Amino acid sequence: MAVKDAGRAARPGKRAPDDRALAQEPDRQADPAELIQLLTPEGERVEHPDYPLEISAAEVKALYRDLVIVRRIDFEAIALQRQGELGIWASLLGQEAAQVGSGRALGPRDMAFPTYREHGVAWCRGLDPVKLLELFRGVSHGGWDPTAHNFHLYTIVIGSQTLHATGYAMGIQRDGAVGDDGEAVIAYFGDGATSQGDVNEAFIWASVNNAPIVFFCQNNQWAISEPLERQSRTPLYMRAKGFGFPGVRVDGNDVLACLAVTRKAMQAAREGQGPTLIEAFTYRMGAHTTTDDPTRYRLSAELEAWKLKDPIERVKQYLIRTEQAEMSFFDEVEAEAAAVGSRIRAACQQMPDPEPLSMFDNVLTAPTAQLAAEREGFAAYLDSFEAEEATR
Amino acid sequence: MTTLTLSRALNEGLRKALEANAKALIMGEDVGKLGGVFRVTDGLQKDFGEARVIDTPLAESGIIGTAIGLALRGYRPICEIQFDGFIFPAFDQIVSQLAKMRYRSRGAVTLPLVVRVPFGGGIGAVEHHSESPEALFAHTPGLRVVACGDPVDAYTMIQQAAASDDPVLFFEPKRRYWDKAEVDVEGALAAALPMDQARVLVEGADVTVLCYGPMVRTCAEAAVAAAGDGKSLEIIDLRSLAPLDTDTIFASVRKTGRCVVVHEAVVTGGLGAEIAAQVTQECFYSLEAPVLRVGAYTTPYPPSRLEEYYLPDLDRILDAVDRSFGY
Repeated sequence: MAVKDAGRAARPGKRAPDDRALAQEPDRQADPAELIQLLTPEGERVEHPDYPLEISAAEVKALYRDLVIVRRIDFEAIALQRQGELGIWASLLGQEAAQVGSGRALGPRDMAFPTYREHGVAWCRGLDPVKLLELFRGVSHGGWDPTAHNFHLYTIVIGSQTLHATGYAMGIQRDGAVGDDGEAVIAYFGDGATSQGDVNEAFIWASVNNAPIVFFCQNNQWAISEPLERQSRTPLYMRAKGFGFPGVRVDGNDVLACLAVTRKAMQAAREGQGPTLIEAFTYRMGAHTTTDDPTRYRLSAELEAWKLKDPIERVKQYLIRTEQAEMSFFDEVEAEAAAVGSRIRAACQQMPDPEPLSMFDNVLTAPTAQLAAEREGFAAYLDSFEAEEATR
Repeated sequence: MTTLTLSRALNEGLRKALEANAKALIMGEDVGKLGGVFRVTDGLQKDFGEARVIDTPLAESGIIGTAIGLALRGYRPICEIQFDGFIFPAFDQIVSQLAKMRYRSRGAVTLPLVVRVPFGGGIGAVEHHSESPEALFAHTPGLRVVACGDPVDAYTMIQQAAASDDPVLFFEPKRRYWDKAEVDVEGALAAALPMDQARVLVEGADVTVLCYGPMVRTCAEAAVAAAGDGKSLEIIDLRSLAPLDTDTIFASVRKTGRCVVVHEAVVTGGLGAEIAAQVTQECFYSLEAPVLRVGAYTTPYPPSRLEEYYLPDLDRILDAVDRSFGY
């Protein structure tokens, strides 16, 4: 009896399997009516009244180039991890359009706060992908200057960066940098992060301060092994309403829609209209990281269904269909991506380990006496091995 | 006897805990279908159901906060924090709520809650995945803090923690998850030491070496190396960090006259400092040398390519042992 009661008490409102399937359907399969799309999976250009997009062939081709190169970087990194050159890698496979579309919507003075999977945004901001490999190789904790490309360090603790982004946006307000020619911030996070207190607090801070920020949530459907239904019973973009700012859901595999929706939200933020939540509805095609095994918790049929919505293939189809690109263009992009891949592979393989004594650097603005003594002691300790070697 | 890895031993121990008490629950991120990122809870949801092995939303404060609520309602949650560095979003719930509710209620409230934390480095991980935050919790009155160092202790101590009516922070040495040992799954629990007692792992005469968690194996190896050098180390696996089993510690130091404390955590303000103070106070006239500490430098955990320099190893332990003979 005790066991039964325990079970019943612990799962109040547990629905029958049929009800559950119905309830989760809107989350797992976005309602086309609420999903902003400008390019269908088949590569057909469609219009949306709220998001008119004038875009030249050259611009679409540039986006295509970004998408292909970013996927190639990811591919190389996975291979490098398999070969023992990286400790781990968090793949962005499937999320290229969400990252490139939003990343290319940013101006040089806008500031981006990434998670640890925003390799495509990093590319758009001009950060050398080799910097990302440094982190995943264990050579640095990132180590880049966030002001160099207005691209903050990767944040690994889930959701923390949304508060940093919000505070940064409050700083923009205090600098009087909102309005004509204003600046704004974009905060990246995932579906899992929406459960974190920090993310909800960021929504509140941004809202009550009317901060110039765009919350860009890549809903890739999986927080490691947990499907979205473990995080939310409501579509994520709808949460914004409760916090007092608009939320929109965009086809995260549609680079044009991601570009148009992010551009509009960023412009609104720059002009002083406050925050927007963008839910980019996408799919994590790969594992959570290279140490994860998704076959333990999800069906391959789901993956196959999403393959048909590939973010790159639809752009290619569009360019071919509308005769905006010759086949030679695609070959050129492939060749360029391969060259990027070769370059970062070689850079990774040749990357030296950091100097042991460097671990004492930058703990504070200047070393304390204690830390200086520790460093000195460690150096002497290391030297003692060399002396021992020498006398052998 | 069954050969078990440390992670499998925890899994078997958790299974026993779920069988032993119908109110016991497991909750955390990815503990269900995936079986945890280290597979410590592998298969438990399948066998005990989603009501007892709960995949929670991704929020550590939420895990501990709701576990407190479940405990108030009579359940016995065993929570998993996926990695050491992710415990800090839950720090408020642990330090301000979990640790103090019995005291605030004058004993009316009992919170039989276990927080499992894979801790320590040495696995080549990225930031926040290699930390040793145990001293922060040992510093917090109202919590029991333990660390297992081998499969047998993993198997028995997790069951003892689950049976404890006090909140327990249960630290698991993640780089030892794959260490194997023979475990008597039927008789081990009955034969086990109480969770709050230290164990003399290796008897010795010259130096007492105190350690726990991932450093237990390293210190046992140091004892072998030191023996070759003519030094006899007494290795004590503390097991309980709060409270400390000072009887065992003091008895050993009074015998050997020398004491070295080893942990992966930063030396500054670490458990070694507390132990050194107590040993100095209680064993002052037995000491031949000051209590020495081996641990991490006063820096954040470095990039993993430097962790072999950062983490205490055999050489650093032997170096401290040598220094303790230098007085």
